[in-house]
Amino acid sequence: MPVSDDFYAGVRDVAPVVVGIIPFGLIAGAAAVDAGLSGLQAVGLSVIVFAGASQLAAIELLGDNAPLVVVVATIIVVNLRMLMYSASIAPQFREVAARWKALMAYVLTDQAYAMSLTTFRERDVARRGYYLGTAMPLWVVWQICTIVGVVVGARVPAWLPLDFALPLVFLALLVPAIESASTAAAGLVGGSLATLGVGLPYELGLPLGAVAGVVVGLATAPVARLARGVTGR
Amino acid sequence: MTAADAVVWTAILLGGVATFAIRGSFVFLYGRLDLPALAEAALGYVPAAVLAALVVPAVLTVDGTPVVETGLGPVAAGRALLASDRVLAGALAAVVAYYTEDVLPTIVVGMAALLALGAV
Repeated sequence: MPVSDDFYAGVRDVAPVVVGIIPFGLIAGAAAVDAGLSGLQAVGLSVIVFAGASQLAAIELLGDNAPLVVVVATIIVVNLRMLMYSASIAPQFREVAARWKALMAYVLTDQAYAMSLTTFRERDVARRGYYLGTAMPLWVVWQICTIVGVVVGARVPAWLPLDFALPLVFLALLVPAIESASTAAAGLVGGSLATLGVGLPYELGLPLGAVAGVVVGLATAPVARLARGVTGR
Repeated sequence: MTAADAVVWTAILLGGVATFAIRGSFVFLYGRLDLPALAEAALGYVPAAVLAALVVPAVLTVDGTPVVETGLGPVAAGRALLASDRVLAGALAAVVAYYTEDVLPTIVVGMAALLALGAV
């Protein structure tokens, strides 16, 4: 089967997911200008970083005039999960030429990863074609939505609490991430410490809370496993 | 106050390069790079910890000021939290997020609840 057919199969499969990122992309543009970034900077974030949750976290910090190192460290921490995706999808791409790998790495997202890996396990499709078919529409729509968000965001009426949209996006991502007692402990500690650290200099509450949450998650994992064993689940 | 232009652009460039390195890591170094078990386990807790650290302070504070008085006893603090528009709207949005696992309905319900509670 030629590569292009599998590309279109990827496009078809990812279409409903693409619709789902539209509001998120609009907010990435609108929140950036709302926080005081220029339109060009908002689009620069979407093109150069191209990772929604980390973009919104960076926008929030830049709006609060946080130091450079805290902003960059936060982007890295928020995007660390993609290290797992990279490790898990790498065997599928081992036959792909290096010049394509660069493009394929750049457009790696939660959605393209999940959709492609599920399909790779179910049926035999051209790896490069299908993967790019899922990843490229997400990239194109993300950029368009950012630009629309920049234009519209400057005209959002004052009574609409746009600043509340940011935590709501993170909330929609957080709830499915709580999938066990130890991830719940990680979230509880991360959220509590970050809140207690709101007054800290350099916006350090966020990275400190996140690191403490990961440590507590790791520490409680054996306890949670033990508890499951006792109840026989 | 927003960060200076140079800081914003440097953050975008460094953040972009680091993110590309994370995405490409294993794709480029397949077979030559092994993730230690502890690191892999730690990565599993990153989403929950980071997202909670982003959500909870943003719901409980506005421009660095807590939505409820600090220094209250646990009962009084709990009661004050339950009376806060942002907390109630956030809780409702969390329920929607749980059932739909979708960004759009979560935003719509959360924003609508905040507006409605503010109008009461």
